[in-house]
Amino acid sequence: MTKIKTQSLKKRDSDLAKSKKQLEILSNGIFQNGELPTFKDKISETNQFPLKAKTLEILQINVGYMCNQVCEHCHVDAGPDRKEIMTRETMQQCLDVIKSSGAHTLDLTGGAPEMNPDFRWFVEEAAKVGIKDFIVRSNLTIIRANKTYYDLPEFFKKYNIHVVSSMPHWTRGKTDKQRGDGVFDASIKALQELNAVGYGMPDSNLKLDLVYNPSGAFLPGDQASMEKDFKKALLEDFGIQFHNLFAITNLPISRFLDYLIASENYEDYMYALVEAYNPSAVANVMCTNTLSISWDGYLFDCDFNQMLELPVNSKVKHISQYNKTLLEKRNIVISQHCYGCTAGAGSSCQGVVT
Amino acid sequence: MQKTYYDPSDLRKFGKITEWSEELGNKFFEYYGKVFEEGALTAREKSLIALAVAHTEQCPYCIDAYTKDGLQRGITKEEMMEAIHVGAAIKSGATLVHGVQMMNKVNKLDG
Repeated sequence: MTKIKTQSLKKRDSDLAKSKKQLEILSNGIFQNGELPTFKDKISETNQFPLKAKTLEILQINVGYMCNQVCEHCHVDAGPDRKEIMTRETMQQCLDVIKSSGAHTLDLTGGAPEMNPDFRWFVEEAAKVGIKDFIVRSNLTIIRANKTYYDLPEFFKKYNIHVVSSMPHWTRGKTDKQRGDGVFDASIKALQELNAVGYGMPDSNLKLDLVYNPSGAFLPGDQASMEKDFKKALLEDFGIQFHNLFAITNLPISRFLDYLIASENYEDYMYALVEAYNPSAVANVMCTNTLSISWDGYLFDCDFNQMLELPVNSKVKHISQYNKTLLEKRNIVISQHCYGCTAGAGSSCQGVVT
Repeated sequence: MQKTYYDPSDLRKFGKITEWSEELGNKFFEYYGKVFEEGALTAREKSLIALAVAHTEQCPYCIDAYTKDGLQRGITKEEMMEAIHVGAAIKSGATLVHGVQMMNKVNKLDG
């Protein structure tokens, strides 16, 4: 990877900050000249087009793009310079839907969700609904960022939050290269603090899962083998324990797309994704049971479509208009980035899908 | 006609060798796949062996493939380089051990 940048693409006024530009790249070149099949053509081979939404199971809410890190691969283009933050009013609208939707999982993401000033209020209110699995995607370093956040492990514990955190490798070099200098040490400290309050321990109900996504232009290896290697290394080197490892493929959008192009890996990466296409992963891709809600309340099939500004194909566009019937069985909006979720064993925010 | 013997994109076409000899090609890929399955050795260990052999055979396709394979398995660059040194040590050892043959010959002819 190249030297990590300290500003988002948006702040740098990069062309690739614009979703239109990203979609152009994903539709032109090797996909336009027929060298590789489009995702639509590929899933049509097995009569899986159009991809249809099934019963809603997961509400994934992006409470803002602000983050204390500027990771090289970030599909959100998050960073300290991003000011898009969900208001309490939109959170209230989300709470109304959480109560009525029947979704069994609530998944808060960002940016660093903890940086939203109403994050704790939202967690407290959402926890009252009694949802089965309440996930917060924490980048770990936020726990160590400053004293405002030091009590997060206790806060998570109080509301029985399922903590899911990124960790690209068990070594310092590979982690810091992707996520920034000092991220590895801060993440290790944060994991130890989560372990200290009971998170991630073998018989504990306080769930701590890690997300592995590759540090460069290659696909993730076998999830079970990676989990074994992570567990062994983190326990031996730092005494850290966790429950599951989710292996996630980097999708070719936003900052990862920028990296692929700058490092002249874009075409090879797209080839790798298409060659690893697994038709049996298509049936279980997360967009079919998930609704992604942006910081300003708009609805998307997934967090990636949110960043590409591809809204749901429905009359209902905003959380304030939520209507279960109108959203069910909607056609999922697709483009070539979707190959990222159907490569190998498939990929979702919960890891492999097959 | 291409101007170089090696083209990186040819690696993607490896599977096409079956088109001109289907039975033997399929048997090879079946064998190849089986060899790299988890067995008495882990798939990770096999990947490192493959990387070392790729270098001793000086096969650019194999180096490309098994460097990427190693990264996918979380193998670090330090581990990869150590594996290559194992291959290099055997290569140079194999050269040098023949020095004994030379010594034997010298002793016989001119001892």
